[in-house]
Amino acid sequence: MSRIALVIAALSLGAATLARAGAAELPVSEVAPGIFVHSGTIALMSRENEGDIANVGFIVGDDAVAVIDTGGSFREGEALLAAVKARTTKPIRYVINTHGHPDHVFGNAAFAADGTSFVGHGKLPQALAARGPFYLDNFRRIMGGELIDPVKIVPPTLLVTDTLTLDLGSRRLTLRAWPAGHSDNDLTVLDETSKTLFAGDLVFLRHIPVMDGSIRGWLATLKELETIPALRVVPGHGPVSEWPAALVDERRYLSTLLSDVRTLNKKGETIRTAADKAAADEQPHWQLFDDYNARNATAAFSEIEWE
Amino acid sequence: MGVAGALRWESTLLRARETMTMTGCTRRLPLIAALLCIALAMPARAEEAYDPWPGLVQDIFSNRPMNDGSNVIGIEMPYRAEDAAIVPVTLRSKLSPADSRRIRSITLVIDRNPAPMAAKFELGPDANVTEISTRVRVNNYTDVHAVAELSDGQLYVSKVYVKASGGCSAPAGKNVEEARNRLGQMRYRQFAREDGPASRVREAQIMIGHPNNSGLQMDQVTQLYIPAFFINQLKLTQDDSPVLSMEGGISISEDPNLRFTYVSNGAKRFRAEAKDTDGHVFRNEWDVEKPGT
Ligand SMILES: [Zn+2]
Repeated sequence: MSRIALVIAALSLGAATLARAGAAELPVSEVAPGIFVHSGTIALMSRENEGDIANVGFIVGDDAVAVIDTGGSFREGEALLAAVKARTTKPIRYVINTHGHPDHVFGNAAFAADGTSFVGHGKLPQALAARGPFYLDNFRRIMGGELIDPVKIVPPTLLVTDTLTLDLGSRRLTLRAWPAGHSDNDLTVLDETSKTLFAGDLVFLRHIPVMDGSIRGWLATLKELETIPALRVVPGHGPVSEWPAALVDERRYLSTLLSDVRTLNKKGETIRTAADKAAADEQPHWQLFDDYNARNATAAFSEIEWE
Repeated sequence: MGVAGALRWESTLLRARETMTMTGCTRRLPLIAALLCIALAMPARAEEAYDPWPGLVQDIFSNRPMNDGSNVIGIEMPYRAEDAAIVPVTLRSKLSPADSRRIRSITLVIDRNPAPMAAKFELGPDANVTEISTRVRVNNYTDVHAVAELSDGQLYVSKVYVKASGGCSAPAGKNVEEARNRLGQMRYRQFAREDGPASRVREAQIMIGHPNNSGLQMDQVTQLYIPAFFINQLKLTQDDSPVLSMEGGISISEDPNLRFTYVSNGAKRFRAEAKDTDGHVFRNEWDVEKPGT
């Protein structure tokens, strides 16, 4: 073995040991009996926050556990796994991804094990294939190799095209796949026992909604979503909130954005003008507004041009 | 140069980028790691400093001399690519009407994209196109160059720098099913202008429904690359007189969209013909509206 290879071997051994020792538990709170949620910070994924920006959680039934989203790094996934193990010895039978964005799926590999199925929207594998390599490349640049190298894109094998019921033992989860809205692979999870809805990024509070699917689709989905008989929602970003009151701000933002881009398009304005002007009034209501509003307007405008 | 030529050097670049991945390791294992990181960080820094432009001038323009284009061709893009899949770009002629030269073609190059040559626009000799806006994908922090070839046979270059988008934005499609449903649909739109009813200046837009897939995306399950599928040729004419044509690549956004100005020759019909890499031909034509409507 060459000298450099020895050094690398020593390094990876050391890193692996440290990683195992350092897998701190992700702080979670029990928002209803058997429902545990970790609240991500409202921020962009960075080296400092280790990708921990989205809400992730798990549901414990009589026989098994379902994890819902895995966080924005392998390390966050490991910490979530540690949090599960600290609370139950029951096996993790399902890892459900609410959609394919990096802050929700980058921790998947930490859960890869015999007897664990990855579950997602029928269009999630295609989205991960198209975007996965770019996400890895982009976030390696932003967060560094130490956090991103262990991340593996793990596509779901259990696919939901309409609805699917999972039984965790005296605890049924209803999974529902939605048409393009926040993304083109949004999936929600309703815990029938506690009436808790994990809405993924179909619901944002405080964090400006991010539109990466279809604005018209998203608004149409909200109409159906609000009829779901839940008591509380775990949004993709923002605090756990009462249902369906949690939808008020998001619906106003998306409606404003839609009507603004329509008006600008009708007037013959350019997509750049739309990026500057659409939904500008919403600025005071949202965190990360300057990071995402122009992008939302750009995407919405290019959709509306085809109406 | 073909798209393939541009891809060759990029794969070198990608390999160089792989070595960057260790640079974050210093925090964990201070001693050995620090030494190793220094060694591994070198090529990374070299890659950042490495300017792909000279190689592109060779590949795309056969090393022809580049003149300063600041008084010839303007290129406008937002400083940050808000949505990596849809970054607006405007190319504007800066030649004065008195200049006897005209712009024959404009080549748009996104230096650090997987396929840097985004498009080559040929401007109709009698159409006096002075402004072209389109939308491109931007994968990385990059210079973007616009190279105009004038009727004097010389090349003139201008550039802008664009920061990559952050967050979950990606240069891929948002709504794959919708894009597929729109395949081959064409829209034409004419914009009202303030030049007055006597003016022959027109501003129009052509949109073509097409996924414009990059082909650089690997299917995680099959480990095969999804084949590239994009509009590679677009010809716009007023009656039969050329207005603008585009030779496109995969850096053009999904649903290629061109907005441009030109001077009317009195033609009654505006025509578009597009071809894609699968051999589809899409044709359509529309009545030209009177100005001011
Ligand atoms: Zn998301």
